[in-house]
Amino acid sequence: MGFAISQSSMNDQAPQPSAGRNGTLAIRFTLNGREVAIAVDPTERLLDTLRYRLNLPGSKEGCGEGECGACTVIIDDLPANSCLVPTFQVRGCNVRTIESIPPSSLQPMLESGATQCGACTPGVVVTANWIKEHSGVLASHTMRALMAGNLCRCTGYDGIIDGLENWIGTPRGGRP
Amino acid sequence: MRVLFRNCFSIRIKPLPMQRLEGLSKLSGAERYLDDEPLEGSLKGCLWGMTVRSPISRGTIKRIVYGAGFDWSTFVVVEPADIPGPNETYLIENDQPVLAPGYVRHMHEAVALIAHEDRNLLRRAVSSVRVEVEAEPPVLDFRVAPHADQIQRGSDNLIKKLQIKKGDVHAAFANAFKIVEGEYETGAQEHVYIENNAMSAWIENGANGDVVVVRGSMQCPYYVLNALKHALKRDETRVRVIQAPTGGGFGGKEDYPSTIALHAALLAMKARRPVKIIYDRSEDMAATTKRHPSLVRHKTAVDKNGKLLAQQIEVILDGGAYVTLSPVVLSRGIIHAAGPYTCENVLIEGKAVLTNSVPYGAFRGFGAPQTIFACERHMDRIARALGLDPIEVRRINLLKDGQTTSTQQTISGGTDRHALLNETLRVSEYDKHKHESEAFNKTHPYLRRGIGIATVLHGAGFTGNGEVYLNSKVDVGANPDGKIEVLAASTEMGQGTNTVFTKIAADAAGYDTADVLVCVPDTFRVPNSGPTVASRTVMVVGKLVERAIDDLAVQLGQNGKPLRGPSLKKAITAWHAKNPGKELKGRATYTPPPNVKFDDKHYVGDAYATFAWGACVAHVEVDLRTAAVRVLDFTAMQDIGKVINPVLAKGQVQGGVVQAIGWALTEEFKFKDGGMLNNTLTNYIIPTSDDVPPIRVVFHENPYPFGGGGAKGVGELPMDGPAPAILNAVAHATGADARAIPLTPEHLLPLL
Ligand code: FES
Ligand code: FES
Repeated sequence: MGFAISQSSMNDQAPQPSAGRNGTLAIRFTLNGREVAIAVDPTERLLDTLRYRLNLPGSKEGCGEGECGACTVIIDDLPANSCLVPTFQVRGCNVRTIESIPPSSLQPMLESGATQCGACTPGVVVTANWIKEHSGVLASHTMRALMAGNLCRCTGYDGIIDGLENWIGTPRGGRP
Repeated sequence: MRVLFRNCFSIRIKPLPMQRLEGLSKLSGAERYLDDEPLEGSLKGCLWGMTVRSPISRGTIKRIVYGAGFDWSTFVVVEPADIPGPNETYLIENDQPVLAPGYVRHMHEAVALIAHEDRNLLRRAVSSVRVEVEAEPPVLDFRVAPHADQIQRGSDNLIKKLQIKKGDVHAAFANAFKIVEGEYETGAQEHVYIENNAMSAWIENGANGDVVVVRGSMQCPYYVLNALKHALKRDETRVRVIQAPTGGGFGGKEDYPSTIALHAALLAMKARRPVKIIYDRSEDMAATTKRHPSLVRHKTAVDKNGKLLAQQIEVILDGGAYVTLSPVVLSRGIIHAAGPYTCENVLIEGKAVLTNSVPYGAFRGFGAPQTIFACERHMDRIARALGLDPIEVRRINLLKDGQTTSTQQTISGGTDRHALLNETLRVSEYDKHKHESEAFNKTHPYLRRGIGIATVLHGAGFTGNGEVYLNSKVDVGANPDGKIEVLAASTEMGQGTNTVFTKIAADAAGYDTADVLVCVPDTFRVPNSGPTVASRTVMVVGKLVERAIDDLAVQLGQNGKPLRGPSLKKAITAWHAKNPGKELKGRATYTPPPNVKFDDKHYVGDAYATFAWGACVAHVEVDLRTAAVRVLDFTAMQDIGKVINPVLAKGQVQGGVVQAIGWALTEEFKFKDGGMLNNTLTNYIIPTSDDVPPIRVVFHENPYPFGGGGAKGVGELPMDGPAPAILNAVAHATGADARAIPLTPEHLLPLL
């Protein structure tokens, strides 16, 4: 039997552009406010396109299978795990990544200790920013439920939740 | 700002603490981890490296068949014969090969290395390689004695055996009011740092010939350096190790990066091109070290008030397939096994045994969480056996200053552990939750609530004479512009080293933090400050930072009178004006605090220079329909000496507690032939934000004079108490006498 650990074909990362090969698809989409036109292999993941071809390595790969949220981006105003999205599917879409969020706005997250090692952090910030922009969802869901798609192994989540509360400017609930 | 301290001993922090130095860069996604870096500069022309691994747990390699359909001449392939020096990973015993030399001892063991510039093609090529192994009987259960054909080390597969003896337990058992026995088990745990392992290597020209440079995600640059020196047969002028930004470690990047660094270096040396090895999650989970599974047996003699008269404890750790760090994990485990209690008669016997699992290694707490789990569950079971309150049983046994631990270390330092316990109960609203839970349980049809406690200790720094042997060094460079630069091998991996060192150095020098730099660990620039482990960075290395600054300040002062602040800065610029192009440094080397002595042959004496103390309370809810346990509230009280940065310290505690909640409730390993079967985040379940409550953190500040800035270790203590506190709470809620973790619903259900 052959043995390589990588068991999932979704993990096949494609740093090399495959334009020109048979079967590639030419697509256009909006990325952080700018038009992008590229040719992609149908199996290419959006995460790899962003990281290895479009020079936006802020989005991270934590698991490659939709569990950790480190790769979170916004597609047409909804958070998505970019490791699970074939790039051709964002044809015509509006994609926003961590690189679209101004660092100067992140002070509340910094002060609360929302980041430690930083590997989960871009995904956390993208989701948090989305919640901030859609704070109406807090009427029906807790922040903890809304953040549950972003795994963090360092902070225990309090730093993230506190930071998000500060960022949104909601009164703090609960703990003195 | 938010008041972080629950005002335990009337401490309030007013000014905003220093913010994490690299915080904004991490938050904005600008921080560049190794996999984020473009293949430019040193990485120009980089190849990707991958590992061919063993398909089974034990046996002789018959053949490695490289698959058909690939032009193998375009690949770089490394096998054991390509290793210039001994095929050994330098650590305690050097028994772990860099690449399996014709014989494999665990599933997923590295057998060969392959590199290519096309990452996709490489993946397919590696998948095509077939390793043919003639199987031999593996040892897969550390709890049962091996058969003759399973013996692979000595006569009994023993990796290490240790004993602690104090007084005479047998005499005490003979006269005991009651004897309480129990057996406790903990499972393996995967670190799940969110950045997977990543390493690069390239060749540079140096003064003494070519230099192999390795740069990657790691905790311990000098461990990696020693491993490279040994297996590549080079001295430290011809190997160089640089830390890249590291996305979490928790012990998981303590020793295994040495192996990956060797792999990257061997490929780069053979290819004469740079090489990057980036593990994906499934490879990282399958192939790298885990927390040691444990089995701990307690036999305790008590009087009618619950006073401990004798503790006999047996600790068995699954060491996995190679020795790696197991002897020292065992050592820390047995020293913490008797808990923060006084008892005149103690016998602790520990052993670590070899199995054909992936080698178990360092993980936050390093053996202590395992033995403390057993101890703290056992304390509750003693209380139950005697019909006493678990709090009272702890109160009557908690160490007081002047009393001795199991190694006969006399406790001092002035922390009042009874006051600490009382404060924990107050902050956690223990009584209120207890009574409300009991009332709730009478009325609710299927939910049961309960509350549990654990009192813990954690020795910071290396065990016994470890710090003396390490002989750690720190330099402080004084730059021509008057700024100072901390030169230490301690790594930033999220826990805040850079920020805290900056603060400690600024305070020691009388500087503004903006005038302090912290050098990225690079073995060509920083001395060996020891590994970034064992909660030692702030306490031990932080103190060396202060002392190196003192050394500099004295060098520049008159008649041994140190300079500080602006006069120090002025003196530095003046020195450079007089000595252009020369280096000015302050230096410090570890010296143990006075009167700390340990006999490592008999395990008697001061096992640690000091202990950090803690207590925690868990409030849980059990759903009798599903047997699922939910933590409703959690309080962690920590005495960590002086708190240098409240935001960072609180984050360490909260993160540690949540990691321990995962270990206690959900993080279950499934094995197949000694390999991890559930090596994905889909099947290995760590807590999300919605699975855990806000963690209440209380610090009791009692500055420790021999720690950097007065601090003791904080990194590991939070990992020690939560698991037993949660199981104690489950017992209070339901009566279930659970003694093994993870306590998943499947394991709890039969006990309800
Ligand atoms: S990398 Fe996409 S969810 Fe983990
Ligand atoms: S900050 Fe390290 S995983 Fe979240």
